Amino acid sequence: MTAPIVIVGAGQAAASFISRHVALANPQPLLLIGEESHPPYQRPPLSKKYLLGQLERERLFIRPLEWYAEQNINLQLDTRVEAIQPEHHRLQTASGESIEYDKLLLCTGSSARRLPAAIGGSLDGVFTLRSIADIDRHSPEFQSGRKLLIIGGGYIGLEAAAVARQLGLEVTLLEMAERILQRVAAAATSDYFRELHREHGVEVRESTQLARLLEEDGKLCGAELESGEIIAADLALVGIGGSANIELAQAAGLDCNNGIRVNQICQTSDPDIFAAGDCSCFERNGQTIRLESVQNAADQGDLVARHLAGEDVRYTALPWFWSDQYDCKLQIVGLNQGHNHSVIRPGASDRSRSIWYYRDEELLAIDAMNEPKSYAFGRKIIEAGINPSPQQVADPATDLKALALGR
Amino acid sequence: MATITWKMEDGSEITADVKNGLNLMEAATANNVPHIEGECGGCLSCATCHVFVDPEWFAKTGEIDDIEDTMLEMTDVEREDNSRLSCQIIASEELDGLILNVPEPE
Repeated sequence: MTAPIVIVGAGQAAASFISRHVALANPQPLLLIGEESHPPYQRPPLSKKYLLGQLERERLFIRPLEWYAEQNINLQLDTRVEAIQPEHHRLQTASGESIEYDKLLLCTGSSARRLPAAIGGSLDGVFTLRSIADIDRHSPEFQSGRKLLIIGGGYIGLEAAAVARQLGLEVTLLEMAERILQRVAAAATSDYFRELHREHGVEVRESTQLARLLEEDGKLCGAELESGEIIAADLALVGIGGSANIELAQAAGLDCNNGIRVNQICQTSDPDIFAAGDCSCFERNGQTIRLESVQNAADQGDLVARHLAGEDVRYTALPWFWSDQYDCKLQIVGLNQGHNHSVIRPGASDRSRSIWYYRDEELLAIDAMNEPKSYAFGRKIIEAGINPSPQQVADPATDLKALALGR
Repeated sequence: MATITWKMEDGSEITADVKNGLNLMEAATANNVPHIEGECGGCLSCATCHVFVDPEWFAKTGEIDDIEDTMLEMTDVEREDNSRLSCQIIASEELDGLILNVPEPE
């Protein structure tokens, strides 16, 4: 009997791979190995509706648990893979089991960065939000009147701030850079979200460096800033980014830098091992990039399934991303890395606008806040390689649909 | 509970009983309906759960809001008058017997 295709890591990339594998009726058996107890689930709602308590756990599952058995997919959950021996096409689990693979797909994802224990990162009451288990453990502490300190003004921190305010917590958010979202967005987008959060009562403090978290009987009680100022806190969410889970791949001798290096068919430096999703890095427009997004995970997983079914495919997908905070829907298309100017397109209300990013004349990306037209038509405009002038874009009278259709 | 039927372009059909309150993108993926992906989980950012609603049923599937209306411009197969994003259709007794035609991207 042929050895199965083995997938390590049960996230969005794995789910997308499996869906396509099944849809293409590829007869090769599949074994999915996951460390958590759950079948592949959606992570984006974790810091939004799931944290808010508005979504049942089962609805996070991308496919119901029974579905895998119905498709004859072997699901091995609660299982950690310890090592891969590419030369033998085998891997070892933590329980000592040795499993043979024909092809291997690594979907090991990324992990939240933590604060060092030396400055209080391991105190009771300090947490990160990445998994169902994280939310299940900490959401009961999100109670009205409690003081939440958020360290890091990225998407996770901002989304959690929105949920916490909706639940009545007092929220202080610390960002050490000059502005929130500095690493990922233009100043105009940061301005929009700073204003949104301040209006909802979040104390947003930029250019503010944490010195250490403070404890009382082993439990978090506050934070000391570099300035010496003390802030009281009952809870602290650390949202300072993630790093790819590459240890397994690295130990197996696969080429890695900040992710597992893959080519245009998501193949690693070993031709029988593929990688998809947050754990992979790849070349795009001459730069090595790594994306933490559903789009990338889903599209890469899908592509590997197509490749293994014999299709001639290359990864060229245009990145997109979204975030929900209060009543604001942020939709992003493209990657703004390398932009040297941007322009604001006003929306129909003062709560809607979009930011268009350019490198010289080339349109790279769009952040659309409550502005789905900019997102939807902007996506078409970028895909078609149309580069409207910033003046055209900034003029609310410009018909984006007509522009997208090349009229 | 509502019995929903998805009709594919090749004439094949999938029928399933769907619990009230679930959206029909979730129901489609759970029942292996091809070409319904629902990448964004139903938050109106991907337009990968496009369906054509049987005209007799169209009015019963509810209002199309501005965001859905815009996102319908992004579908792989061009929208028609009876297009919906199925993540925005919520199962209820009202929809028992609903027929959805699933477009097949090239």
